Amino acid sequence: MLRLIGRRLLISVPVVFVVTALSFGLLQLLPGNAAEALLGPQATPQEIAGLTKSLGLDRPFYDQYWTWLAQLGHGNLGASLANGQSVTSLLNQRLGVSVSLMSGALIGAIIIGGAIGILSAARPGVLSRLLDLLAIGGLALPAFWIALVLILLLSTKAKLLPALGYVPPSTSLASWARFLILPWIALGATIATIIAKQTRDAMSDALAAPYVTSLRANGTPEWKLIFKHALRNAAIPVVTVIGLLFVGALSTAVIAEQIFSLPGLGSAIVTATTNRDIPVIQGIALYLTVIVVIVNLLVDLAYGWLNPKVRAS
Amino acid sequence: MIPVGGEPEGGQMTASPPGGAAQLAVPAEQAAWRRSSAWQVLRKPAAFLPVIFLAGIIVACFAAPLIAPYGPVTQNLTQINQGPSWQHLLGTDTLGRDVLSRLLYGGQASFIGVAEAMAVAVILAVPIGLASGYLQGRTDTAISRVIDVLMAVPGIIILLMALSVFGNSLTPAMIALGVLSVPSLARVVRAATIQVSSELYVAAARVVGLKPRQVMRRHILPRVVGPVVVTASILCGGALLVQTGLAFLGFGVRPPNPSWGSMVQEAGTVLYVDSWLIWPSGLIIALTVLSFILIGDAIRDSAQLSRSGQTPASRRAALRRAERAAARVSEAPREPGQPQHGEASPASPALLEVTDLSVVIPTTDGVKTVVEKVSFSVAAGEAVALVGESGCGKTVTALSILGLPPGGGHISGGSVRFRGTRIDNLPDADWRKLRGSGISYIAQEPIVSLDPSYTVGNQLIEMIRLHTSGSPRKAAVTTTALELLARCGIAQPREVFRLYPHQISGGMAQRVSIARALAGNPQLLIADEPTTALDVTIQAEILDLLHDLQADSAMSVLFVTHDWGVVADICSKAVVMYAGQVVEVSPVADVLAAACHPYTDALLRANPHLAEPGDRLQEIAGSVPPPGQWPVGCRFARRCALATDECAAKPIPIKQLTGQRATRCIRTDELAALQHTKDGSRNAPAATA
Repeated sequence: MLRLIGRRLLISVPVVFVVTALSFGLLQLLPGNAAEALLGPQATPQEIAGLTKSLGLDRPFYDQYWTWLAQLGHGNLGASLANGQSVTSLLNQRLGVSVSLMSGALIGAIIIGGAIGILSAARPGVLSRLLDLLAIGGLALPAFWIALVLILLLSTKAKLLPALGYVPPSTSLASWARFLILPWIALGATIATIIAKQTRDAMSDALAAPYVTSLRANGTPEWKLIFKHALRNAAIPVVTVIGLLFVGALSTAVIAEQIFSLPGLGSAIVTATTNRDIPVIQGIALYLTVIVVIVNLLVDLAYGWLNPKVRAS
Repeated sequence: MIPVGGEPEGGQMTASPPGGAAQLAVPAEQAAWRRSSAWQVLRKPAAFLPVIFLAGIIVACFAAPLIAPYGPVTQNLTQINQGPSWQHLLGTDTLGRDVLSRLLYGGQASFIGVAEAMAVAVILAVPIGLASGYLQGRTDTAISRVIDVLMAVPGIIILLMALSVFGNSLTPAMIALGVLSVPSLARVVRAATIQVSSELYVAAARVVGLKPRQVMRRHILPRVVGPVVVTASILCGGALLVQTGLAFLGFGVRPPNPSWGSMVQEAGTVLYVDSWLIWPSGLIIALTVLSFILIGDAIRDSAQLSRSGQTPASRRAALRRAERAAARVSEAPREPGQPQHGEASPASPALLEVTDLSVVIPTTDGVKTVVEKVSFSVAAGEAVALVGESGCGKTVTALSILGLPPGGGHISGGSVRFRGTRIDNLPDADWRKLRGSGISYIAQEPIVSLDPSYTVGNQLIEMIRLHTSGSPRKAAVTTTALELLARCGIAQPREVFRLYPHQISGGMAQRVSIARALAGNPQLLIADEPTTALDVTIQAEILDLLHDLQADSAMSVLFVTHDWGVVADICSKAVVMYAGQVVEVSPVADVLAAACHPYTDALLRANPHLAEPGDRLQEIAGSVPPPGQWPVGCRFARRCALATDECAAKPIPIKQLTGQRATRCIRTDELAALQHTKDGSRNAPAATA
């Protein structure tokens, strides 16, 4: 178990460094004088000189990165080029929105996808084949398009749910959930289909395993075979998929925040990218990478908890 | 969802499960790659249609200036937001621009983007994968580490960074996407390379003195092409979703110029006014992505197809038909006049009585009978051996007695009686109550027959609770469990109680399995080759244990085995099966003295435990005919030295002999004569190999 966590940290530290260093190297990649490129053609020489100094562009790359890391230690990620706001406070405001969106979609997808997967493994037939079709649809249909169709059907036409905006849970828990239902579905649908398919396959394998035959032959009831024995073993491969699914789902989350007007990290990074607001991009890169690292660590812990071979070593 | 970073979902679902399984999945398909040509793939509609669609759409997009009915940005403000018409096949948008024309022009950027990403991915991943798989060792380790790191990088961030620097062009982002796709592709190449490298001709090329680079290029690369095409095709689908997703966010192509993603975005802004617009652009993206995925799937399936002669889909369909047919067989009324379930049979002395039991199993070639009219009985306290080679139907018979015929099979005829009560047609719930408490079961492979996720103690306690009425105290159940372990010869039950199956030896696991099977105090224990998977010394210990348990508790045992040593040690009666039938039933002492069926005789001669020193062991030539290919007459005739034309002419009935013996042979006199005159040890009645 400790070895598993150690291995994950061994991967995670370089990941954080690679992503932040890359985000830092960006300024170097900007064609010509970075400050000039950032400020545009109307900028005066004084303005350019000022920005060059404040971004530290007159110093070498490693020096700039080191300073940034040192400032990070003090919780300081610099200021937004667009409005001068502190990047840390900007991102901390938005973090809750993104975490609400991602955790809700992921947890919902695991529960619903898992349930469908278990059901179609226990009762193979129409549901199982429908799942195969859905899975292909889930892969081929762009998530941003699914989001628009959801808005069209459930919001514009049926007027069931609000399509745009966000209410913090501290204001009203019910409104928070109501405003997030459509984004959760848009982000979670594909994840749920994939989890359902993976669960179905893993459960089918587990239910055909020799230990299930032996248990069944000695009188273990079917529900116990499914929920105690097969599910526990089938969860091991499914859990490992969740980490990878989450990394992939980040991009959908960015788009979903944009479509549903959620003021989270995703919509901030899109705006910052358009505005070339480098300090904000750097900050969001760090935040999202740390989120990925945390999710992967949770996945590893779940994997170790489920798999006695890992736990014991 | 845009599969940026990590494996694309397509890769996980259809190309390979993530993790090590990917490396296992590909080699199995390898052997067939050479044989499947592009043309074979194209003949199947599952591949043909997406290829045609994709080729058509690519050509149409790049020929847009020639074939598009309108210009991509030509506005006609008198005809805005119109639905489909002959003038505008896919309608017009908010500025009166022709949607079809915009789709055709807009596709160009998408396909260019996909091509850029794939080119980068293939150019980088193939050499990396080849080097990793062929050179192995430190190169492999180093590459694997880098790949691990890359897979945990959130791709969307990298893409947006590339866009922040080069805001007006998608090319840098698509190149970055290519780099991010390298891990999944390189893993596939690596797995394929490892597979090919182990083949003889590659080893030969190495011995001849070709340099690694030459071996890789000439001998390995061609064989890696197939898996690369499959994975790349699925990655193309993912890349298209990324490209359109970025365009949707407003990156790349600048308005008013069209792109598929930005057309969906534009449609989104007028969703409340005109909902038609989201369909053409959304569906063209979905269909194109789907084509990429289906082509990849079809190529992979065709590799499997050239092995089996049937597509997986049609094989599944065949199996489903067979399953339904098998279900009908089991629902059909059995022979009339048979007592209904629950009805007691008068004065039956046997604990278990199997009468004319037949079992069918669905296969891809239809429903097959695997056990035919098998009859035998087990008396209380008796140990009976069910003997035969692999594939004779012993295990199917054993599991069918428990109502669990394997492989989706069904009991198609005959009856099983336990304690005089018919059980083969009991409802599931009643049958379940019988399992474990009336009849229990131990399997061949001890370690895999225990659930790997729970401790020995947990599994024993579960079984004890299952067979105890009410809810006994935890301490009492634990004590019972420890007693059972001790009774099964485990010296330190408290320690073993806490261990997981992977932490104990095979012999220990078999003792635990036996303890678990005894938890319900069964009257009959079915042991399916319980010692086959164990070391010889452990085998003897387990047999002693079973012998003692059987003697102490007056429990009946049905032993499935092909080992005459086991039969001689423990059992009093032998039931010999061949090709789904019982061919001989005899007391063990008698059968060891002289078999009354040539197959039994041949089995005895082939057994090392019973051979005299200095004798040659005699194998039985040929093999057991599989279900569906059973001859009309005696099923052993083809392998039997005593066979005559009469043996093969018509089915041989089973014949009662004196001394509680029975045989399915019409040449018993000749067999006896042979055994008698020549002492039976040097001349086998069976054809020898």
